[in-house]
Amino acid sequence: MKTFDYVRPLTIRDAIAAASEPGAAYLAAGTNLLDLMKGGVSRPDRLVDITRLPDLDRIEDLGNDGMRIGALVRNADLARNQAFARHYPAVAEALLSGASAQLRNAATVGGNLLQRTRCAYFYDVASACNKRDSGSGCDARGGDNRLHAILGWSENCIATHPSDFCVPLVALDGVVEIEGKTGRREIPLDSFHRLPGDTPQRESVLEPGEMIIAVRLPAEAAHFAAHARYLKVRERTSYAFAVVSAAAALRFEGGMIAEARLALGGVAPKPWRAREAEQILAGKPAGEPFFHRAAEVALAAAKPSGDNGFKIELARRIVVRALSLAAAGTPQRLPALPASPFAAISGDAVHA
Amino acid sequence: MNPSMTLTVNGVKRTIEIGDPRLTLLDLLREHLDLTGTKKGCDRGQCGACTVIVDGRRINSCLALAISHDGADVLTIEGLAQGDRLHAVQEAFITHDGLQCGFCTPGQIMSAIGLIQEGDAGDDPERVREGMSGNLCRCAAYQGITAAVLDAQKALAPASRRKVA
Repeated sequence: MKTFDYVRPLTIRDAIAAASEPGAAYLAAGTNLLDLMKGGVSRPDRLVDITRLPDLDRIEDLGNDGMRIGALVRNADLARNQAFARHYPAVAEALLSGASAQLRNAATVGGNLLQRTRCAYFYDVASACNKRDSGSGCDARGGDNRLHAILGWSENCIATHPSDFCVPLVALDGVVEIEGKTGRREIPLDSFHRLPGDTPQRESVLEPGEMIIAVRLPAEAAHFAAHARYLKVRERTSYAFAVVSAAAALRFEGGMIAEARLALGGVAPKPWRAREAEQILAGKPAGEPFFHRAAEVALAAAKPSGDNGFKIELARRIVVRALSLAAAGTPQRLPALPASPFAAISGDAVHA
Repeated sequence: MNPSMTLTVNGVKRTIEIGDPRLTLLDLLREHLDLTGTKKGCDRGQCGACTVIVDGRRINSCLALAISHDGADVLTIEGLAQGDRLHAVQEAFITHDGLQCGFCTPGQIMSAIGLIQEGDAGDDPERVREGMSGNLCRCAAYQGITAAVLDAQKALAPASRRKVA
């Protein structure tokens, strides 16, 4: 690991000043960053430790304005927060389907949004990677790429965003609060991550020194609480990244779907909201015919970036299954294996 | 950067000159404090052998920068037994053959203590397995490990669950 300066500011203002210098990086739990630094993938000159900044570890119920989650809230604490899990059960399920208990106890909300891809060529410093070393090429294109992107990728980068948390968050109109030298701003999570295009090294809209302060979910997103699920296919039962995942949320009126939300994970360089598919479902009865149509629409633009054509059909099936699970109702208690495809579509409706 | 830091390790407050900010909590325990019960398996957060309890929560000490945990309270496998009396989770691992080679065992036991404290698994083996999935055992003693965790959980009365460590 390359050596670095370590600073531990006590105010957000000082943190931003310290992190605005070239070569600086924020450190929260470090569960992803330290791993990258050990592999020489990330080589910061200065670490700005933000774990002692005040007030960023709060989960606030804002009533009509939804809930606000500080950037330093640990994944496990958010998933176990009763008010949060009651309002946004698919987000809690996604959180608990990610990583391991040890990592969830450490990893933060802000860090989850900013975690890097798990593309093996990004991690291997001997491989060409435009994300790690701009202009060097992409060895994933002709390499082992069965798990790579099928949506939103470019010739320069076919990596996926690995987050589970972000998938229901983007489906439910999550908003990211950002602070930088010029003050605070906020941006929908759907616009926070950038598609690779010609600049895969630029993964988010954050400018140098800007930090995530909090993530907000609107109160309206809680109207889906009775019918909201996350479903995640992995290559082993637990403690693995998504091959394909989906967050589905439905709101019923008079027995018909009044409003639907759908997003996919593991398929694109960002959490992938499927708005056109959502519109297909509005005003329709729940059931496979319309779920299949929604799945077709959600994957209409998909194309293989390598040996991963199977992910397109897999994603369609996961969409249908996630919508079916959501229609069956949010279970009383999260299943033993959160988001697992090995559970039956039963679901006791609990929230409504 | 701070040339030294303090940690409370197994109930004893320590001041440690660390010298280099790259030090992980795992390396601090093993190399600076000679607490080699905490194992270095993958060193990348994938195997769980380095699991310790920091401020009441189980974490991977290999992915924790030591200096960032200045002032923390750390519990390691060395801090469990009271003299010759083993901790209930240690006893249960022996009773149920929850190990073969033993390399992953300290991490398994610390993780099990964290799991029991978190209180999410109850007596459901599937929830125990899921809650322990961050600890790999290449001898595949998983059946014994699951049985040990379930048994230890019973032994530790619910009243003491919040403070089993």
